[in-house]
Amino acid sequence: RLKNPLLFEQEQLFLPVWQICRFCWLFLLVCRLHGRYHEMAPNVVPMDYTKDPDVKLPMQLIINMPELKENPFKERIVESFSEDGEGSLSFNDFVDMFSVLSEMAPRELKAIYAFKIYDFNTDNFICKADLEKTLNKLTREELTAEEITLVCEKVIEEADMDGDGKLGFADFENMISKAPDFLRYYFKKNRVSCILAGMF
Amino acid sequence: MSQPPSITLHVPEGSESDGHHVSLCSFSQEPSPDNERALHTSFHQLILEQSSLIEADLEMELQERGTESPAYLGVPEACAMAWPEPRQGEEHPSHSSASLQILASMPSRTIGRSLGAIISQYCNRTARLRRRSGRPPLQQLCRAARPSLRHYDLETDPSRATLQEKRHLLVKELLSLSPSQCSHMLLTMPLSLAEKRILRRQLSRQRGPVRQHAHRWAPFSPCAWSRVCIGLGCRGLWYRLLSLLRAAQPGHYALKQIGGRFGSSVLSYFLFLKTLFMLNFFSFFILLAFVVVVQAVYPTASVSPQPFSGIELLTGAGYFTHSLLYYGYYSNTTLNDPCTSTPEGGMCPLPAPLLPYNLPLAYLFSVGVSFLVTCILLVYSVSRSFRESVKSSSGDLAIKVFCAWDFKVIQRRSVKLQCEKICTQLKELLAERRSRSQSHCQCLGHCLVVLLAWLLALGWVLGCVLAVHYFLEHMHTVQQEQQAQGSGRWQQEAILLVLPLVVSLLNALMPHLFNLLAMWEKQDSPVTQVSVAIIRNLILKMVILSLLCYHWLSRSVICSTEECWETCVGQDLYRFMVMDFIFTLLDTLFGELIWRLILEKRLKTKQRPEFDIARNVLELIYGQTLTWLGILFAPLLPAVQMLKLLLLFYIKKTSLMRNCQSPSKPWQASRMSTVFITLLCFPSFLGAAAFLSYTIWSVQPSETCGPFRGLETIYKSGKMWVLVLEKSNPNTTWFAWVYQHLLENTCLLFFMSVALIAVIYFNIQVVRGRQRVICLLQEQIANEGEDKLFLMQKLRSVYEQRGRRS
Repeated sequence: RLKNPLLFEQEQLFLPVWQICRFCWLFLLVCRLHGRYHEMAPNVVPMDYTKDPDVKLPMQLIINMPELKENPFKERIVESFSEDGEGSLSFNDFVDMFSVLSEMAPRELKAIYAFKIYDFNTDNFICKADLEKTLNKLTREELTAEEITLVCEKVIEEADMDGDGKLGFADFENMISKAPDFLRYYFKKNRVSCILAGMF
Repeated sequence: MSQPPSITLHVPEGSESDGHHVSLCSFSQEPSPDNERALHTSFHQLILEQSSLIEADLEMELQERGTESPAYLGVPEACAMAWPEPRQGEEHPSHSSASLQILASMPSRTIGRSLGAIISQYCNRTARLRRRSGRPPLQQLCRAARPSLRHYDLETDPSRATLQEKRHLLVKELLSLSPSQCSHMLLTMPLSLAEKRILRRQLSRQRGPVRQHAHRWAPFSPCAWSRVCIGLGCRGLWYRLLSLLRAAQPGHYALKQIGGRFGSSVLSYFLFLKTLFMLNFFSFFILLAFVVVVQAVYPTASVSPQPFSGIELLTGAGYFTHSLLYYGYYSNTTLNDPCTSTPEGGMCPLPAPLLPYNLPLAYLFSVGVSFLVTCILLVYSVSRSFRESVKSSSGDLAIKVFCAWDFKVIQRRSVKLQCEKICTQLKELLAERRSRSQSHCQCLGHCLVVLLAWLLALGWVLGCVLAVHYFLEHMHTVQQEQQAQGSGRWQQEAILLVLPLVVSLLNALMPHLFNLLAMWEKQDSPVTQVSVAIIRNLILKMVILSLLCYHWLSRSVICSTEECWETCVGQDLYRFMVMDFIFTLLDTLFGELIWRLILEKRLKTKQRPEFDIARNVLELIYGQTLTWLGILFAPLLPAVQMLKLLLLFYIKKTSLMRNCQSPSKPWQASRMSTVFITLLCFPSFLGAAAFLSYTIWSVQPSETCGPFRGLETIYKSGKMWVLVLEKSNPNTTWFAWVYQHLLENTCLLFFMSVALIAVIYFNIQVVRGRQRVICLLQEQIANEGEDKLFLMQKLRSVYEQRGRRS
């Protein structure tokens, strides 16, 4: 039986009712998430988390999940949430990933992780090489090399504000804020979201 | 100021390595990004050292460090333009490793990655939140700036902040917030779950003994519990319902298919079609509910209808003449009043009804309200698309790259569709930006050609209009001869169809001539080409429609012999609509299907005909204008238009998928959608509204048929009603007063217009001011970037000097 990995501790028993409900609901969510985590590798993932076991699933298993399988950015998503940067997720990282990608995560958080996803070489900047990789993944390499170069140049021209030739987090966030649909609506297309809702 | 280097560059943080940035923390001797403050002081120190004497052991230590650690950094240089980009893992020759270390630990590299940096950033943000009331607003930092640069609270700033101490600081700051703020702050922090648990544990431990919030905890009650559960459940359900609604809309998948294959420009045509369908639906619904259904429930004793034959569907005459379709059928009395049949002045034995339904009033108000609703919806659509097109003018390529991917999509086919769609959209955006330059002479020659083309186009339009005018008169004489001779019904009906046929033929052929003209003109940018084509076609259609409107209202040629001229005009409009639909179908058939077959079989090319968006949209606008012109004369015309649009949607979609290819010169759809909806609003809707207003205010309705028979103008019925209201009920004199002094007085309209213009001007000035501020701020950011580059260059030169000297 899965022991509570998260939040119910002695001091928190006297919470207001709505918080109890919220925690119950979150607890159910986490249980279901753990179910999904467990079924990927039933022999490895334990059911008892009271001793804080150090179990990590490798990237290959996680990117085969139906929600991520067809996504061109699946490797980057998993890498951004993995603690060691290699793509292996512990259960904590797994829950992290789904909580950020769900509809309930705040916009700032999603922007930070979106930036991490698009930053392929993890240097905290989206440089031209990162952009090229992004474009290739988005269009399945259907754009010609000339078009890709042109798009990269134009994007950096448009979004780079401090003139260093690449996009820092401030530039990225400023540009995202101009896109009214990003992260705002559940059903608009331009949004990093919703995998969690697909599980229920 | 100059501290021994052992504290600044060489603070071991050992076990506190954060997992986010592995390479940076692999050497315990290297300055850890957790220890922000120490690093920052060293940076400051290095700059100072440039102007002061250098200590030899510092130099030695740096050299030592330089040989030990290779450049493990991903991005050793700052500016791609100033220096060549080195490959990862290589030591850049122009940077010493010490400067590389410093560059690597700059805040812009560590934001979002270093645990210590995140914690101190949020610590300061929480402090700011707490002090928001006390501080002046101009001193706000941007989020990406160095958080610990501004030391707000000097007494709590430790000299050497370890990770534990930073956590402690953060927890202390969080405790000072309210619980909801605190949990919101925790939610927005980009920390891992394990880290958040540690923070929560510390928070609860510190909060526990205080028990400040005891009074806020509500006792456990089933009501509260159930309410919360219902609330949570409802929210999920609501989201699910909205998604289902979206998916259940007719043509939802069809639109996705079209967008994926042909791009958003072709999609904008279909979306426009959908918009028109919704507009017609609202008008139809209002008229149906208040006029048509009521009249159907209380049918008038009218002339016995002629037998139904198939040609009625085309001509709208015959069986349909005395039906709910046209104005002439509607009665001019209170419908449920049984006294209407008694002669005037006579005594009515039956009691008056409780809810008298005055049909003429209902007719007038329904038409007015449907126009008002259409107006509001159109103005709202225009403003919304204006806002979107203005907003997306700058930075749209970047937004398209980063925000276009829908992470919800998980099916392979949809993913493929999405990739195609993004690809086409990017190509569209790129094509728009390619500009070509011309020499002076070519420019002049081009201008001349354009002028000539315009003169030619306008000349053709004039010719068409004159042709229609003379044709009208000719048809009139032919009709009169036919009636005098007493020819068969079929012939008479066929004659009626000739005028719509000729007008539709002109409307179908002239755009092709205009296209030939445009090919001769050879405009460079596709946007200009499309705009010019649209303007010319629009001028043609609007001028022909104005001519027809004039003839309808003046009754000099059309409907001159009819007693019930409104029904006659309604029938004419119905015929025009049906003919327009038939010609659209023929155009689709010949222009797309047969042309593709010819291209494939005869000419053996792989090329397919292109979908001409501008022409198709103008045809839709033309059809909608006919509907609006005819609402007063044929209340069921919106229903006919709705049916037409529905059939058009599926026929055009099928033809598009089978026969056409995506436009070769892709142009941006959002601006074109704005143009389309503006064209719908301004020449089309405004013209129809003007026509309607003129008819209601100045034209005398016919004596023998319709709800306004016997009155001077249709508007008089409203006036009469107000007088009747005043007489019958003395409490409503205020209403009559309002009517007389406000609605009939033109001063009110004048003042409202002035107020509206003032508001618009104010908003324009505010927007301009804001744009200026944005420009200034962007300049400031660029300046900061240049400063940073300058400093890094200086740093580089200092180390070079140092290296040369040693």
